[in-house]
Amino acid sequence: MDNITETAQYLTFRLEEEVFALDISQVREVLDLTSITKVPRTPEFMRGVINLRGSVVPVVDMRLKFSMTRTEQTLNTCIIIVEISVEGERLVLGALADSVQEVIELGPGQIEPAPRIGARFDTEFIKGMGKRDDEFIIILDIDRIFSAGELAATALAEAC
Amino acid sequence: MDLELGQARQTFITESRELLQEMESALLTLEADPEDQAAINSLFRSAHTIKGSSGVLGIEAVEKFTHFVENLLSQMRDGEIKARKENIDLLLECRDHISTLTALAASGIEELSPEVEANGAALTSRLGELLGAQEAKPEAKGAAKEEERLDGPSSAADAWHISIRFGQDVLRSGMDPVSFLTYLAKLGEVVSCTTLFDSMPPVEDMDPESCYLGFEIDLKSASDKAAIEGVFEFVREDAAIRILPPFSRVASYVELISELPEDTLLLGEILVKGGALTSRELEDALAKQRATAPGEEKPRIGDLLIEGGSVHAETVAAAAEKQKKNQSAGAKEASTVRIDAAKLDALVDLVGELVISGANIEQHSARIADAGLSESASVMLRLVEEIRESTMKIRMVPIGETFTRFRRVVRDISRELGKDVDLVISGGDTELDKTVIEKIGDPLMHLVRNSADHGIEGPEERKAAGKNAKGTVRLNAFHDAGSIIIEVADDGKGLDRERIAAKALSAGLIQHGAQLTDQEVFRLIFEPGFSTAEAITKFSGRGVGMDVVKRNIEALRGTIYIESAQGTGTTIRIRLPLTMAIIDGFMVGVGGSPYIIPLDMVMECVELSEAERSAADRRSYINLRGEVLPYVRLKNFFNEGGLTAGHENIVIVQYGGHKIGLVVDELFGEVQTVIKSLGRVYRDIKGISGATILGNGQVALILDVPRLMQSVETSFMARSA
Repeated sequence: MDNITETAQYLTFRLEEEVFALDISQVREVLDLTSITKVPRTPEFMRGVINLRGSVVPVVDMRLKFSMTRTEQTLNTCIIIVEISVEGERLVLGALADSVQEVIELGPGQIEPAPRIGARFDTEFIKGMGKRDDEFIIILDIDRIFSAGELAATALAEAC
Repeated sequence: MDLELGQARQTFITESRELLQEMESALLTLEADPEDQAAINSLFRSAHTIKGSSGVLGIEAVEKFTHFVENLLSQMRDGEIKARKENIDLLLECRDHISTLTALAASGIEELSPEVEANGAALTSRLGELLGAQEAKPEAKGAAKEEERLDGPSSAADAWHISIRFGQDVLRSGMDPVSFLTYLAKLGEVVSCTTLFDSMPPVEDMDPESCYLGFEIDLKSASDKAAIEGVFEFVREDAAIRILPPFSRVASYVELISELPEDTLLLGEILVKGGALTSRELEDALAKQRATAPGEEKPRIGDLLIEGGSVHAETVAAAAEKQKKNQSAGAKEASTVRIDAAKLDALVDLVGELVISGANIEQHSARIADAGLSESASVMLRLVEEIRESTMKIRMVPIGETFTRFRRVVRDISRELGKDVDLVISGGDTELDKTVIEKIGDPLMHLVRNSADHGIEGPEERKAAGKNAKGTVRLNAFHDAGSIIIEVADDGKGLDRERIAAKALSAGLIQHGAQLTDQEVFRLIFEPGFSTAEAITKFSGRGVGMDVVKRNIEALRGTIYIESAQGTGTTIRIRLPLTMAIIDGFMVGVGGSPYIIPLDMVMECVELSEAERSAADRRSYINLRGEVLPYVRLKNFFNEGGLTAGHENIVIVQYGGHKIGLVVDELFGEVQTVIKSLGRVYRDIKGISGATILGNGQVALILDVPRLMQSVETSFMARSA
């Protein structure tokens, strides 16, 4: 929570029925779902790679990451391209979402800390809970989701 | 001194690296021919430039040391000191020391370590001894020379006049005007220095990061014009500089004009610069030219000046010629450009994209079947193809420079081991990809060292064998069918087949009674920890190296081949792909995903019929024309789901002398692919070496055949054991 002190813009998106948000400064663009090439011997949530104007970019299934069912292709399915930093290195990743909603502005007063218990998702990945109208929005800490340890898990899964 | 010179410092470091390289080759040329005046001049020029630039940038350690070296070189240039062997040795050591110093400066280390300090002091005192021995003589001679050059006795008014107007961007480019003035003072005595700030705008408009200053300086110095100009070398483009010679030289202005720096200047300015006329005279002439009515043909400045009696016709002709020469020199200079490698890579990426979207357009135009559209599409595709080719060519650089580096290596080795070895270089202008050139340097260095050290025998041994006492190592490069071949050949004793075999036997690398071909025996030297040299020298014999050489070359997708005849020599032949960025691939489908196998590894494709399958799967090998061929079903290896329907295909790949089969679902055929990295997320995926983008925009993965083979062979061994 200590890192949310200013009003910032967030991109909201849906995974199943839940609304999530990402700090807009980390979002590069949103793409329609294109064909993803599966990379063998990787965990299931690593859906594979896509061609982003000539660069090969990994795509992660956010639903699988949050213990939901695998993302199915619909008209609204899209890939959010985010830029994160892992151990000081810049990394471009794609995140699969069921649909992208809108860009909203949230001030520090509209954000509450993540509940410590009873949360359906790992609170370690949550920056806070935004409140708008009567809806809660889960603000994700994208850097932490793909932190060194989490990515190392892919290497580990490969070794098994 | 200011440490934040940033860009200028960076330029200095790159430049001095090149200059040091030039110094080294000039020294080696000089060693072979002590009378080569061109080499001495080039040597002096390089040292002088290094000294000058390091002085301007305040890298004192380099400046001070190079100054001593320059002293020696200037005496060499004047023929006071001969280019004897021991002098060359000393100069080579000095060059290495300058190189160490600049490397330290590059990494921002100001404090020298005691060893470097001591080495510098030792070299300085050796230089001092050499120079000291000459001290007595040149005194009188030098003075006489000065007189001659000055064209008459010098007077109190006999000073250079330097006018400099710094450009506004000077500070922003990381230069400090003061450091130039300080450095100028080192060339002689500054008689007067006037600061001009006429161009300074009112305070409210002034930009504190801009420089508005100009200086009028009178300098008494014995240096020549080039030396004074050298001081301002780094601001030459950012400042207006005029250097007027002392009065006594005005008489020789024709000669001076031809010595002017190669700036494209107006004829009149050249004359002012040459000291032939004052700016006042020039202004008058210009005013006259302006006054001529439009439409009428304008008289040339030169004519006007002669008319006005300012200069002699002869002078004008010399200046006009100089102007012409400057222009053509300018045109030539513009023909090479230094580019950041990252920008080039970005361009290559973009062009790759262009190729893909071109293929897309072609598909669409074929669908629409409009004659005009397909015509335009095909023209565009051809252009795109040409763009791609020329882009790839930009990355190609000649290998010559890499080769020349080894001259010093061979020289040092032969000196150390008391051998006489000549390095003969050919094919230096053969071009290959920059990435390949960067990575081939170290392996080649090992091979050249090995040839000079192990290959070439000592002079006595050579004479006893009836050979020329002088050994030869040859480096050659040439193109051959889409690859480049680099040869390292020596006329030494050749590889000793029996000894290698014996050594391999004792190291357990081969079995007793194994029937090996020469090539197989020779290849054993690439095994880790293999060395037959009895004596370990400084250069080789420790058994590390050859395996690294092989690994490095294979990492470049190259192959290495040895030819050797006992008593007559060894040739090591390296075959490398022209470029790292593009490979010809063979596309196959596994579990619905496309994969690329490097085409040069594909031997043939055979069908695995349903009838054969179950029997073969139990053994996991097939009978290929009487040969046991282990195979791997990629689908299982990659844990892809899906049942196998109908027949499968086996692609037989060969690598490093071994063959295996890869069972795939579909065969698609040949494609040309641009290799892309999978990035750090997929850093260590077994069996995949990279990715590529297909014509339809989809990503296909490239199979890492050597690693696939390794894991297949391990499991095959385990199963048959």
